[in-house]
Amino acid sequence: MSSREAILARIRSAVAGAPAVEVSRGYRPVRSEPGSADLFAERVRDYRAVVRAVPESEVAAAVAAALAERGVRRLVVPEELPGGWLDAVPAEVEPLRDEPPLTAAELDRADGVVTGCAVAIAETGTIVLDAGPGQGRRALTLVPDYHLCVVRADQIVPGVPEAVARLDPARPMTWISGPSATSDIELNRVEGVHGPRTLEVVIAL
Amino acid sequence: MNTAFLGMPSFPRNAEKALRDSQLRFNLRKATHTIRARRGAVVAELADWPELRAAGRAIKDDVLCNLDRYLLQAEEAVTRAGGKVHWASDAAEADRIVTDLVKATGETRVMKVKSMATQEIGLNEALEREGVTAYETDLAELIVQLGDDWPSHILVPAIHRNRSEIREIFLEHMAQWGRPAPDDLADDPRTLAEAARLHLRERFLSTNVGISGANFLIAETGTLVVLESEGNGRMCLTLPRTLISVVGIEKILPTWRDLEVFLQLLPRSSTGERMNPYTSMWTGATEGQEFHLVLLDNGRTTVLADEIGRQALRCIRCSACLNVCPVYERVGGHAYGSVYPGPIGAILTPQLRGMASELDASLPYASSLCGACYDVCPVAIDIPEVLVHMRSKAPHAPAERFGLGAAGWVLDRPVRLRGAQRVAGRLRGLVPKSHLPGPGAAWTATRDVPDVPAESFRDWWRRTQKGDERVGRPDHSESSEEVGGELA
Ligand code: SF4
Repeated sequence: MSSREAILARIRSAVAGAPAVEVSRGYRPVRSEPGSADLFAERVRDYRAVVRAVPESEVAAAVAAALAERGVRRLVVPEELPGGWLDAVPAEVEPLRDEPPLTAAELDRADGVVTGCAVAIAETGTIVLDAGPGQGRRALTLVPDYHLCVVRADQIVPGVPEAVARLDPARPMTWISGPSATSDIELNRVEGVHGPRTLEVVIAL
Repeated sequence: MNTAFLGMPSFPRNAEKALRDSQLRFNLRKATHTIRARRGAVVAELADWPELRAAGRAIKDDVLCNLDRYLLQAEEAVTRAGGKVHWASDAAEADRIVTDLVKATGETRVMKVKSMATQEIGLNEALEREGVTAYETDLAELIVQLGDDWPSHILVPAIHRNRSEIREIFLEHMAQWGRPAPDDLADDPRTLAEAARLHLRERFLSTNVGISGANFLIAETGTLVVLESEGNGRMCLTLPRTLISVVGIEKILPTWRDLEVFLQLLPRSSTGERMNPYTSMWTGATEGQEFHLVLLDNGRTTVLADEIGRQALRCIRCSACLNVCPVYERVGGHAYGSVYPGPIGAILTPQLRGMASELDASLPYASSLCGACYDVCPVAIDIPEVLVHMRSKAPHAPAERFGLGAAGWVLDRPVRLRGAQRVAGRLRGLVPKSHLPGPGAAWTATRDVPDVPAESFRDWWRRTQKGDERVGRPDHSESSEEVGGELA
């Protein structure tokens, strides 16, 4: 008998006669109202990430300002990033396109990456990337030390259940709540270990 | 289970040693109290926590009842998405599967995300025997690996080390494993984290095989979910060409939607955050990767067969029970002699490994049964209930068996009890004041011998109440003998 058959047989005999379980979901159901941009901003700031909330028309200026402040010269730009977002970025910033795919070493030499997102969660201050348009494959937002993420107000949902309902599990996903962090040394939180040490968010209202 | 723990002395002896380490006790107290407070604050934010907890419990119970069906469903979904699924009955088989997969890639170095399942099966040692070096990448695991040490907490494996110890370990051992620590390394957490970042950076970018566990496996979609903080998990899951995930069969969740419950329960219970920094989810072979899923039994089906004990398989390894446990707080994780420490370890380890060794048989006693663990458990595992159940199954010393048997005989009949009490009253002068001899010595090692009264309560009652015995007595009692028996 293969291990597969053996394990399945052991399970069947172990639970034979166990009563069926009724799963009741008495917790707060999915809400249909949009998530609060203010709450989202507050919760992201709790993770010590920089947040700028601006009107849609000022996104390009906010992106350019953030990149300039950080001193980004080599910027990873995923496919299908909404064109207007980079309009105010000066010419000396070199865009690195992932076509052909950038190597890990090339990503490591980049100064930062700018992306959109799939969904954002107000209650937990979480950004979800699903490798969709303007987000790129997972490594693009992992290796560079600086991640600038633009979140549209209509992408913000109130809580975790609303996000789960909107997402497609077939896509690779990264849920990001603040910059990379560790509390492994005496429980002191240190921002920035292996993932991007700086996370900045621009909310387009 | 890991052979490193074989032959380890019993919990009380380990505990005695740990209790003498005041640095350890200080670290543990600080750490457990910090996380405890954080957890309390973020759990209080969710008004529907009790309902989430009830749903979490029920979803996991449903998983356990229908585990065969869900595993097959997961296997089909992962396979459809281009992954390869392997089944391992025990640690040796899982080790062999992973080792063969690594060897097939031609690589001699793999990088790992913190995973209890791979610790449980002793994977690093198995790989080493075959000439493959496994690099731990979680900061705490790195500290543990460099220090040639064992994890002592589920979530913060190096909880027993303070900053100056960590600095020493980095200075002394980093060079053997790769990029050395700078000579002028300071001991503030930020500098130490930076040293770890630099030490591991090169490895992340150049290692072709990643090995992980998973927090959840969604049966419906085949999706794997890994929660982490540092980004080392993302590195190991994303960058290598080959990814191998070793996942206990109880990690299943039936549907994608179930994550709405568990992504609220787990981060708040474990790190005490609204959400952990990074959660990765992937289904099958992703972004050009080769993906292998190893489904691990290794004793879990035996646990499943025990109607009371099986609830331990609901565990989502949040470690909340460790942080509230008065026993854990004082002795730390090593005394439990297993990769699963604390209250959950006390019920899981003896079930997974059996209670043949002295250590494993002593684990169900590593608790005061205060119940704090049950209160915080996000999937409502009644740990005290399982502890008591395991105690009844643990082998007992002959003297203890004799004592309990005699007590049962005496307590069974009120007349026997009365006789025994009178004899005890007459012989009370012979009872030592502080230490009992023989097998009783273990009992008096931490307790005083109680005074034996000259007269039992029953006799005193009879003498003083005379014929008026029914005063204030509950209705259900039939005869004075029985009431006396209950009170005494
Ligand atoms: S037993 Fe409960 S509280 Fe303890 S680690 Fe498991 S899920 Fe968490």
